[in-house]
Amino acid sequence: MPEPSLGPFAIDVGHLVRRNLASLYSSLVTRPTGQAVRMAIENVLAEEASTVCVSVIDLSRVSVLDFSCADEVVAKLILRFLRDDRPRNVFFVFRGIPDLHRDPIEAVLQHQSLSAVCEAGSGSFELVGAVSPEEMKLWEALEDRGRMEAAELDGLEDAGMAGEAMETLVRNRVAIRDPSSGNYQSLSSLLRSQT
Amino acid sequence: MQIIPVPGTLDASAVDQVVRELAKHPGEKVLFDARHLRWVDPGGIIGLLAAGTVTRDRQGQPPRLQLQDGADVTTYLARMRFFEAASGVFELDVRPPRRSWSSSDVLLEITPISTNSDIHAVVDHVQQQAGTILSRTLGYPASAVVQFSVILSEVCQNIIEHAEGPGWVAAQTYMWAKRLGRQVLVLHVADVGQGFRGSLADTHAARFGDRWGDATALESAFIHGLTRFPDSGRGQGIQQIRKQVRRWEGGISIRSGTARISDVPAWDDAPPMEEGLPPFPGAQIHIVLPARNTQHA
Repeated sequence: MPEPSLGPFAIDVGHLVRRNLASLYSSLVTRPTGQAVRMAIENVLAEEASTVCVSVIDLSRVSVLDFSCADEVVAKLILRFLRDDRPRNVFFVFRGIPDLHRDPIEAVLQHQSLSAVCEAGSGSFELVGAVSPEEMKLWEALEDRGRMEAAELDGLEDAGMAGEAMETLVRNRVAIRDPSSGNYQSLSSLLRSQT
Repeated sequence: MQIIPVPGTLDASAVDQVVRELAKHPGEKVLFDARHLRWVDPGGIIGLLAAGTVTRDRQGQPPRLQLQDGADVTTYLARMRFFEAASGVFELDVRPPRRSWSSSDVLLEITPISTNSDIHAVVDHVQQQAGTILSRTLGYPASAVVQFSVILSEVCQNIIEHAEGPGWVAAQTYMWAKRLGRQVLVLHVADVGQGFRGSLADTHAARFGDRWGDATALESAFIHGLTRFPDSGRGQGIQQIRKQVRRWEGGISIRSGTARISDVPAWDDAPPMEEGLPPFPGAQIHIVLPARNTQHA
């Protein structure tokens, strides 16, 4: 499977909060703060030279994340880059989502029918948000293997459903399809291969 | 002059008596007689401030407030920074005592909320003290500080985003010996803005027709998560607060206009909806979080 022309790109949200809001606060609370942070993330991404990248949104230095900010920083960011007119071809991985941030992130993703790949503290990855059991099963299989050839889907039990589920994962940008080969790769395997 | 007797025990529900009296003679200069006040909680203090603010704004001059000089409750009010907040709201008949000590059971003194920066400041301030109170006093896990901060942030944002007017927040722990036999944390947030009915009217009133009112507006926001904003990400705050308060076996109520809606915990017997309350501007959010019941823990 040819290597897609992707590179990882990390954004430390805790640093962004301090840099862009000139604030003494480490809490990511209130909707205007979330809007400002999301715009800052988009500005950082706009400066990135590569046309396609995996962006790691690092929330590990954020002490409090409320639902309004989670909606702005996570849900609306994902929504922006799901649209056909997205400014860049960016895939997101959210890092530093301990149990404390998991609730607001899970809630806003569910509310907006979105999903996201999150890196747990142990270095493992998980899919959170609005995900069907079939999509979760397939995402976990891809996560285990790292890569999956298109033909492998045909060999799975209930191949038709697996195909639909993979389409959804790709459409939601929590899995990558190589445009030339049609094969699939997990975001985490791509990150690992680049670091 | 209309003299309004302030109940000796002033909590969020007792404020209704003050509001009822206030509505009787709207044109007269008002004296709030709080000389018999013996006990007050954040709901009562903020309720009194709100009543004073509404009276001042209606009459163009601050009403008088009488307190008993030297009484414990007056000292407590100073500790809660009531007199700073009351400056310009009331014409005080008592010299504010100096705040000579801080108290470990005061989680958050009365704090005006009018900007998002105020919310950041409150959330940061609370985190310094909340850990001790939530874990030692209420027996909550260490992670509760963050969850409580999220609740605090969301309820305060309700003031800025929906009230279009200033508000206040305060929090304190108490021993509810008779009622519950446990410590509780009382968090109260209130404003004197347009209220839920006013906030939602333009976008939702038409669908309800004649049924539209304070109760239906509260149900729309509290139960169904409706908001005046077209943005699909809005309206989650109250829903998520309710979920977390339920996890802690707490209670939450919102009074707005002439109605009050509540999530009633097993230990309380309040009605889930009250209508026909004396009208009062804005919204008042009241949250009670009980200490973990160690018998079941």
